Amino acid sequence: MTAWDALRAALDSLRANPLRSALTMLGIVIGVAAVIAMVAVGAGAREQVLRQIASLGTNLIMVGQGSIVRGGVKLGAGTASSLTEDDALAVLSEIPGVVVTAPSVRWGLQIVAGNQNWGTVLFGITPDYMDARDWSIAAGHGLSDVDVAQANKVVVLGQTVVRNLFGGGDPIGEPVRVFSTPLTVVGVLAEKGQNTQGQDQDDVIFVPLSTAKRNIPGMAKSNPRFIHTMVVKMRDGADMADAQAQIRDLLRQRHRLIPGQDDDFWMRDLSEVSATRDASSRALSFLLAAVAAVSLLVGGIGIMNIMLVSVTERTREIGLRLAIGARRRDILVQFLIESTTLSLIGAAVGVALGIGTAMGVAELAGWPTLIQIDSVVLAVVVSGLIGVFFGLYPARRAARLNPIEALRHE
Amino acid sequence: MVSEPAHSLITVERLTRHYRMGPQIVHALDDVSVTVRPGEFVAVMGPSGSGKSTFMNLLGCLDRPDSGRYWLDGQEVAGLSSDALAAVRNRSIGFVFQSFNLLPRQSALDNVMLPMVYAGVSHAQRIERALAALDAVGLLERAGHRPTQLSGGQQQRVAIARALVNDPLLLLADEPTGALDTATSLEIIGLFQRLNRRGITIVLVTHEPEVARFASRVLHFRDGRLIDDLSQDAEVAA
Repeated sequence: MTAWDALRAALDSLRANPLRSALTMLGIVIGVAAVIAMVAVGAGAREQVLRQIASLGTNLIMVGQGSIVRGGVKLGAGTASSLTEDDALAVLSEIPGVVVTAPSVRWGLQIVAGNQNWGTVLFGITPDYMDARDWSIAAGHGLSDVDVAQANKVVVLGQTVVRNLFGGGDPIGEPVRVFSTPLTVVGVLAEKGQNTQGQDQDDVIFVPLSTAKRNIPGMAKSNPRFIHTMVVKMRDGADMADAQAQIRDLLRQRHRLIPGQDDDFWMRDLSEVSATRDASSRALSFLLAAVAAVSLLVGGIGIMNIMLVSVTERTREIGLRLAIGARRRDILVQFLIESTTLSLIGAAVGVALGIGTAMGVAELAGWPTLIQIDSVVLAVVVSGLIGVFFGLYPARRAARLNPIEALRHE
Repeated sequence: MVSEPAHSLITVERLTRHYRMGPQIVHALDDVSVTVRPGEFVAVMGPSGSGKSTFMNLLGCLDRPDSGRYWLDGQEVAGLSSDALAAVRNRSIGFVFQSFNLLPRQSALDNVMLPMVYAGVSHAQRIERALAALDAVGLLERAGHRPTQLSGGQQQRVAIARALVNDPLLLLADEPTGALDTATSLEIIGLFQRLNRRGITIVLVTHEPEVARFASRVLHFRDGRLIDDLSQDAEVAA
């Protein structure tokens, strides 16, 4: 008996009971569709998170002002005005692998344009900040080193700020007022969207670092060189943990901290965020795999059940086939091919349903989905194996029938 | 040990088969020796439980004897492996059953082709030979019909075509007219006689003397023993 003969016999037998065959496949169909759809949704979500993380930059280290301790009371991050522009310069020149250090100050305030006003966050920056945080300019131009050196009264607006102050209008060249000082809009930032915490990254304005310090009342009162944070950008492939350790040592030394004393600054590596995200999405994938495995298992048991019924129903046919020259192996193969055909047709329907569901979810719910070819291949292969595994017992039972008794079977 | 006599198709010697039923041992076949020459038309008769079915199952290589020997066309088959026995059933023996045993969802042609599926015959040849076999039983024009669309006599003729399609040496028929009316039975017996005249050896189990009289030789079984072996002038059915 050739494989083609066995396949034809299998299809004939499945056609004999179309409803029963369809119901038997259902477990596999649902299992496979679930695998493909869920993996697609999971991969889409992960892709989105990875994109967001990439927009933050994975080779960045954020260093910020720490808390001061007065009599055991920690006053909170940013209360120690310990970090300075000189620290940023020292990190750049003394730590190997540092590409850029971008010092900045930040301040929440109201910005006014004409009769409109909007509460936003001001960043006093140097041009390096744009590079370190992957900001680009959508219109006009960015801040220059000259703007920083001369404390020019210029500002670059985020998209959200533009929308709220100017509606649809062009803000370039328009005056805005911040901390009662008029600034000229020279550029508009390209849109970044939400960050991983859901915060609107476009609700910002950038001014030169020197302009911010000079014009925000009381900001630079104790130390004109002070900054709130600096972004340290490492070259690609740099060892982030090692770099952090070196920066810590350097800053402790510069701030004259004695051993045992707490850091007066904080430090965060954005690759930690991405690792956490990755781990949680991996856990989600395991969960999905477990759900899928259970439904495929149930599908396999359904196949075994129906194949046992089929063997009993077709006992006489098996007896006849044995009498006219089928070897036991031929009977075994015939029933194995039948169960595998059942599971593979179920898998094919499941693939179509899964892809349809993934596309439907993308369309209707607006979730990003990404159909993974591996998940399709894996689901089909596993279904085939399930057909063989759960078909084996019924097929062996068929192959072991005594032809004389089988022919007498009613 | 006696060696196998020349010019015989079937030689069985001291064939014995018993079953255990609870504490009892049933001697289904007890020390049976018989020889059938090529071209004979043998009827096997006896009441139920006489051992005739056991004898047929052993001749058909569907069962193995507990002792004794069996040569089919010069080959000792009693000791063959299960796969080799399957090959013997496939190539050397054609089976005809009381209840036809056709696959209900397949056409007459597909049913007749079934033995060739296990003989490794190419698809084109299967169709050609199956059509020839259907022609031999007079059902060529019904090749595309399903069993349910055929009368009992026609179904049995499809089954006979299936039995013939691998050119067997031996046709084994187990109560082939048991499910048919008298007129149709005669038709089928007539077909067996025509096939027999063309050279095929037939062993036919029946409990009806009206069927047995068309055979050239009658074997009578009782209680697992061969009690009578008569040659006779066969009546011609058609």
